[in-house]
Amino acid sequence: MRIGMLVDRIRAEEKLLIRELERRSHVNVELIYHQDLIFRPEDAERWRRLDAVFDRSVSHSRALTALGFFESLGVATVNSSAVTRLCGDKVATSLALSRAGVPQPRYRVAAHGESALAAMSELGFPVVLKPAVGSWGRLLARVGDRDAAEAILEHKATLGGPQHGIFYIQEHVEKPGRDLRAFVVGGRTLCAIERSSEHWITNTARGGRASVRPVDEDLGVLCRAAARAVGGGMVAVDVFESERGLLVNEVNSTMEFRNSIEPTGVDIPARMIDYVIATAQGAIETREASELLPSPPPLFVSPSPVSPSPVSPSPVSPSRAPSVSVSSAQDVEMPTAPTAPTAPTAPTVEVEVPVPC
Amino acid sequence: MTTTAITQTADAHSNPSEVPGMAPECPECCAEVTFDQNPMLHEILPCADCGAELEVVAIDPVAVELAPEVEEDWGE
Repeated sequence: MRIGMLVDRIRAEEKLLIRELERRSHVNVELIYHQDLIFRPEDAERWRRLDAVFDRSVSHSRALTALGFFESLGVATVNSSAVTRLCGDKVATSLALSRAGVPQPRYRVAAHGESALAAMSELGFPVVLKPAVGSWGRLLARVGDRDAAEAILEHKATLGGPQHGIFYIQEHVEKPGRDLRAFVVGGRTLCAIERSSEHWITNTARGGRASVRPVDEDLGVLCRAAARAVGGGMVAVDVFESERGLLVNEVNSTMEFRNSIEPTGVDIPARMIDYVIATAQGAIETREASELLPSPPPLFVSPSPVSPSPVSPSPVSPSRAPSVSVSSAQDVEMPTAPTAPTAPTAPTVEVEVPVPC
Repeated sequence: MTTTAITQTADAHSNPSEVPGMAPECPECCAEVTFDQNPMLHEILPCADCGAELEVVAIDPVAVELAPEVEEDWGE
């Protein structure tokens, strides 16, 4: 089994995931660095030898570009570009949660300073102004009143750029000095932590302290629903505790977990790799099944003698032989239903993984 | 299993901390940068002396630079 791991920086999480992949004797992992990557249509067959691409990019836009390329070749991706696109854009995430009826803080989206000011007044100060794309609590602003709002909007106008012209505004939720983060993999809420801080931003990237939070039914159901709303895969769901109950704040598709393994006692990277392997295995089985069918006539024959037909099935390579086994098969139920809200080219799978807590 | 990269083989290099004279210097404070394990290309690590965030930019021989500033679309 060949798994490509798409990376731009090797952080503690990537090292843990690579180490976990190295423990799986039947897996070859290829590190695909964005820094070196050139997409050439002529290299399609070389990339199709991968059974899945596991995205661990830090850059959202680079991830989307690369995932789109691999999916266009029929390579399975984790997470898919559809999930990554929804999770990487807070506006898109909120719309997906709204569509699925998942509780979240009240929000407004505006595309002009004047309408943004009106939206803030409508929600009632204080509000939280967030960049649509971004993470780690960067550029978040808790806006206490109209004067502060006008100053921030003026700063954003001065900064310029299309990013600063879209205003994602969220009600300020009074938190009990903490928020929750749950890890959902393949439709199961594996475990959760509480992130505590004196600061109103509780991200562990900003110094929040992590401690275990048992996953009760309310939290488990909510987080599974949030994950399903963005298309499944493996995501970290950030949750507020409020007077209205649990509210989903954000859903992260390239989750960081280094501070969550010890307090939860859950081997998060191992469960993530189980899911990646199950996805790759699903892709292998789908491909092998399709190869038993007669090939349809090509819809388009390239005039170039060196370009392969875009609809020709790729040849079976020895690495795709049916004898490939999954060491964790006893722990993983192979999925049947696609999970992405839009149908990606690559197969998308929903797997069941053990629930240690 | 094997771990390969497009241009580099991650596990084909020794830990420079274990080879005298091979450890790179922190560009911020000139301290010797130490690695717990074999370094990987584009690995991010803090300088043990000054805390600067460093990035491994080459592994044969190992070289580090100050890690780039966080870009607007970075995140999880």
